Amino acid sequence: MAVMTYRDALNAALREEMARDPDVFLMGEEVAEYDGAYKVSKGLLAEFGDHRVVDSPISELGFGGLCVGAAMAGLRPVVEFMTFNFAFLALDQVINSAAKLLYMSNGQFPIPIVFRGPTGAALQLSAQHSQACETYYVHAPGVKVVTPATPADAKGLLKAAIRDNDPVAFMEGELLYNFKGEVPEDDDFVIPLGVADLKHEGDDVTIVTHGKMVHVALQAANKLSTEGIGADVVDLRSIRPLDVDAILRSVQKTNRAVYLEEGWAYVGVGAQIVATIQEEAFDYLDAPVLRVTQADVPMPYAKNLEMMAKPSADRVVEACNKVLYREAR
Amino acid sequence: MAGTKTRRAKAPKESPFDMHGIAPELALDLLREMLRYRRFEEKAEEAYAIGKIGGFCHLHIGQEGVAAGAIKALRESDYVITAYRDHTEAIAKGVAPTAVMAELFGRTGGTSGGKGGSMHMFARSVRFMGGHGIVSGQVPLATGIAFRIKYKSEDDIVACFMGDAAVNQGGFHEALNMAAIWELPVIFVVENNHYGMGTAFRRVSLTDMVERSSPYAIPASKVNGQDVLATYAHFRDLAAEVRNGGGPRFVDVETYRFRGHSMSDPVSGTYRPKEEVEQHTHFDDPIAILRDHLFEAGSLDQDGLEAMDAEAREEAQEAFEFADASPVPGPEALYEHVWADVDGNGRLRFDGREEAPWR
Ligand SMILES: Cc1ncc(C[n+]2csc(CCOP(=O)(O)OP(=O)(O)O)c2C)c(N)n1
Ligand SMILES: [Mg+2]
Repeated sequence: MAVMTYRDALNAALREEMARDPDVFLMGEEVAEYDGAYKVSKGLLAEFGDHRVVDSPISELGFGGLCVGAAMAGLRPVVEFMTFNFAFLALDQVINSAAKLLYMSNGQFPIPIVFRGPTGAALQLSAQHSQACETYYVHAPGVKVVTPATPADAKGLLKAAIRDNDPVAFMEGELLYNFKGEVPEDDDFVIPLGVADLKHEGDDVTIVTHGKMVHVALQAANKLSTEGIGADVVDLRSIRPLDVDAILRSVQKTNRAVYLEEGWAYVGVGAQIVATIQEEAFDYLDAPVLRVTQADVPMPYAKNLEMMAKPSADRVVEACNKVLYREAR
Repeated sequence: MAGTKTRRAKAPKESPFDMHGIAPELALDLLREMLRYRRFEEKAEEAYAIGKIGGFCHLHIGQEGVAAGAIKALRESDYVITAYRDHTEAIAKGVAPTAVMAELFGRTGGTSGGKGGSMHMFARSVRFMGGHGIVSGQVPLATGIAFRIKYKSEDDIVACFMGDAAVNQGGFHEALNMAAIWELPVIFVVENNHYGMGTAFRRVSLTDMVERSSPYAIPASKVNGQDVLATYAHFRDLAAEVRNGGGPRFVDVETYRFRGHSMSDPVSGTYRPKEEVEQHTHFDDPIAILRDHLFEAGSLDQDGLEAMDAEAREEAQEAFEFADASPVPGPEALYEHVWADVDGNGRLRFDGREEAPWR
């Protein structure tokens, strides 16, 4: 084990997978000479050359599509989107090409590609730069969506995503890049997609979440524990494939659940999770399943408004209290 | 660079075969090819009319010279990718007409087992890379295939076909720019039939087609796609340049669509007058033009032509019969090939259907 940042964990995963498989290459804006807009690709140009670490023009649709074509022809591209806010321009190639080519060709063209970059809000970047984009990707059959919350998960899941033969949207958090944690140094440390991780244990209520919000959920769980309430924090780690069993296991134990996500509520990831829980664990529920999400508005710039718009540990505690039919202290 | 629009040679009259360096045997092959495509499409038209084919269906009738001229000038290991008007380009690349017709019928014998349909023919084994339904969607993909060729230091090339309407999409411009800066081995081929559905190109562009690659410093050229000899010679020369590391090329292939945009669009009407269409079908039929050259050169006579045509008709009929006899996909096909890796952890499907494995 080594203590490293989320950024360095991603960097290690890229380096190891590029060393392991010559068909893996990285393309995106500023990935090479600038060392990455968030320095995730630091040093890779020097190690692998401009043949495999490729600075693209600012052409998300173009290089997104180019990499899908390269995957059709047998390479294993890793596409870095500077942030997923800019990837809307490439969404046609993700949804209409990457997600469908295997099906439309009856299995002839697997698309082993990773689209990665930060999703969600950082601090005061305003509406166009502060969006949680998971829903757009997870909606379409044919795309897997992975959202690591910790350095270890970042490394193990990115390695799995690169080795996976399906398109994977790998969504990081800008505010997580400096987050430190223990990471196995083993080259074969791979975390399979579709396995959730119980990040905190408790018997009274289940908080299901993914990505950066895991840390907000943990703050809420800690607050609740000071009040004698035990919360399970189920970190999904990947939204598709979804570890339904892990969710149901926890809900069957606590009989109460709250979904926490950074994005908007309407047809968000939580809508699916709530539907799944009520379909498959209805008899175990002692309260409606609640969701804590971003306010249903574009992200405002002013600091106080931004704080109000974002989901917070306090809101999660409040929702947990509600499903416990408990007066807040 | 080779060939702009071919002009009638002045006396002493040089034969079009000599002019383009094409032996009569090859010219006969090109005629045979175009007849195969024409008869295939006519058969598809017939099958559509009796309800054997559904959905959108875009015929290539009138544009056969582009498929034969461009694709037959390539090597077998070269890649071809195109838009939704893809039946004859698939056949030109070596896909069996039986498989193309069965795909049109939505049957298991089709190129995609009936799951792609008219717009989505695919055949990895012959490097026919589809069959793409979003206007210009294939252009970045083609550039990525060319990226792979360069990445692996191979010497294949990509021919990327598109309609004239594709050049107004952002993805087209982004892809051409990247192909240029990375000197990728791809020929961007505009099948310029002058209309995107009912929109004449001149109504949506103030620049000529052949100017469209100039911002990216990609050499451009123009060729008459109704003259298959000129088209073949043009692509033979371009392919050599690109294969030898010359970087991408852009070609405006002048052609004309003899049918409506798709099966629901009449041949002529609101956006193009009957006289215009008749002018083209009468004077610009790529099959008739080559036939006349061959007659004139004494390389073909009426009997020879009829024998060739009979074979083409027979092949189309066989394709029809094969497709009609091919089974429809079984229910198990519904969930097949959504995912390449299906046996991992977690749930991938959320439709709550009974057939779903977790029920
Ligand atoms: C992005 C997109 N917009 C609109 C359409 C609908 N559409 C299908 S074909 C077509 C016209 C395309 O014309 P062109 O590229 O010239 O090809 P042609 O049909 O002439 O072969 C349109 C608008 C589409 N398929 N994709
Ligand atoms: Mg057109």
